[in-house]
Amino acid sequence: MALSITEACVNCWACVDVCPNQAVYQDTPVFAIDADKCTECMGEFGEAQCAAICPIECAIVDELGIPLNPLGSLTGIPAEKLRAVGRGLNEQTEYA
Amino acid sequence: MDLPVLSNAAPAASVGGGCAAGGCGSAPDALAHLPEHIRARVQDHPCYSEEAHHYFARMHVAVAPACNIQCNYCNRKYDCANESRPGVVSELLTPDQAIKKALAVAASIPQMTVLGIAGPGDPLANPERVFETFRQLSEKAPDIKLCVSTNGLNLPKYADEIARHNIDHVTITINCLDPKIGAQIYPWIFWENRRIRGFDAAAILIEQQQKGLEMLTARGILVKVNSVLIPGVNDAHLKEVSKVVKAKGAFLHNVMPLIAEARHGTYYGIMEQRSPTAAELQTLQDECAGDMAMMRHCRQCRADAVGLLGEDRGAEFALDKLDALNIDYDSAMRRRKEVRTAIIEQLESKREAKARTAAGVNAVIQNAADGDATTPIMPMSTVKNALRPVLMAVATTGHNLINQHFGHAREFLVYEVSSAGARFIGHRKTDLYCGGSEQCGDELGGVPAETTLERTITALAGCEVVLCSKIGYEPWSRLEQAGIQPNGEHAMEDIETALCAVYGEMDASGKLAEKPASAAKAA
Repeated sequence: MALSITEACVNCWACVDVCPNQAVYQDTPVFAIDADKCTECMGEFGEAQCAAICPIECAIVDELGIPLNPLGSLTGIPAEKLRAVGRGLNEQTEYA
Repeated sequence: MDLPVLSNAAPAASVGGGCAAGGCGSAPDALAHLPEHIRARVQDHPCYSEEAHHYFARMHVAVAPACNIQCNYCNRKYDCANESRPGVVSELLTPDQAIKKALAVAASIPQMTVLGIAGPGDPLANPERVFETFRQLSEKAPDIKLCVSTNGLNLPKYADEIARHNIDHVTITINCLDPKIGAQIYPWIFWENRRIRGFDAAAILIEQQQKGLEMLTARGILVKVNSVLIPGVNDAHLKEVSKVVKAKGAFLHNVMPLIAEARHGTYYGIMEQRSPTAAELQTLQDECAGDMAMMRHCRQCRADAVGLLGEDRGAEFALDKLDALNIDYDSAMRRRKEVRTAIIEQLESKREAKARTAAGVNAVIQNAADGDATTPIMPMSTVKNALRPVLMAVATTGHNLINQHFGHAREFLVYEVSSAGARFIGHRKTDLYCGGSEQCGDELGGVPAETTLERTITALAGCEVVLCSKIGYEPWSRLEQAGIQPNGEHAMEDIETALCAVYGEMDASGKLAEKPASAAKAA
């Protein structure tokens, strides 16, 4: 049982600092989680610490690939608004 | 006509027949209001004085990527080399890299007096990286001042450590005191191992900010408060913020305009929250000024800015270029000391000269107010109280002179000129913000002149005169059409003297009795 980090990650280090198991490590192009160390914070905290501080929607997913912070859950920007802003913003997301 | 430059203390309209004691003859910035012991501590800090920023340089090192809150004006994904605004950064540094870069900059730019850590996240959410950077720098370049900006959430936890590191300036961004308002600005915070949202999040953040502010001032650390003016959200509330933070010992309040554009991908940008107009910002700063020293020249720098305010030489000191530099650190520090002493002497003598002029004018005004009709020089304030104040813009590269070509100006200093003198109220940028993909890359230099001029005219809304060293025929007529009178007759003259002269000419030609030509266009 372990979480993992998607390419939506912006490498901000926040999860590295709060992980109680030192499971997050620097990798390219984005940070990664060592599945052997990750406990999903079960028994330690009420919520997985990386997901509780991560500012990027869909950057941390469970074993089924389901994001702990789905689209719209952190910024409050409705998905249709994001689509309306269109290509420019998508490029930024990819770039980041 | 030689009138003193007024301070920011009060709008000219309330000055009446003379100047408030101590308010005259001061430098055109917030420094003049500070008690002498604080002024002495910040006089070589480029961010605190419109004048000092032309002489002293600062650098920000981006060692703090993590953040513990989300603000609706911030997008954690953003990075663009063409942007100059907070939270934007191109190259993240480790503490060792930051020290290497800082020492290289301090050796190449001897005017560098300040190293700040401002992000791109929240410095106090990155305590190990931040304090390690400060520790190493105070060991290797003890002459460089340290400062840090924070959202305040972790401030109470680290107030003692900040004091230990000899950090003498801290900036806290405080946008509200009311959690109901805070809930519209901060969607969540990370606090005690949980993500907390909405009203509860704002309440905790506000409590920690206020506690942190009190702890810092109790420890003798200078605290500046930044607030982002968000129309319809906290605009009516910021006067109260100003009052409260001043009462708790903050020495300066810096109200900055919200930057929100859809292409930045922030909540406010995408939800089309508008930014304040220059006039709204000025009105609020004036309203707050009665309660506190206000800061009017903040350039809203990037989290990795290097050099003098308004310029960014960060690219010259990118990591891959540092190894090629051969630096003698000790001689660099000696040179910094010489340069700094020379600049401070120069600024001091200018300040004294101004104080002398102001004392003379004050005496004249006092005589006139006492009914001494024989006073030979009558300041206009004593004869025509009803004259309306006029906003004037100035193109300058510094040194208090009108010395820049209109077309080269990327920002204009704006003064309110009245019968009581000229009062610096802020700066207006023309094209500092990246125009998005259509202007990026190859086409960056190819923005049509038409568009740039349009933008400049919009930026100057409310100003009736723009003074510059030179100006072309085309912009001249376009400015006139927009109700802004271009003026190139005072090239290389002292700014305040020229402004007062132009005001006198406007009075003589009856323009001050009329409504401003630009009234319809003023924002």
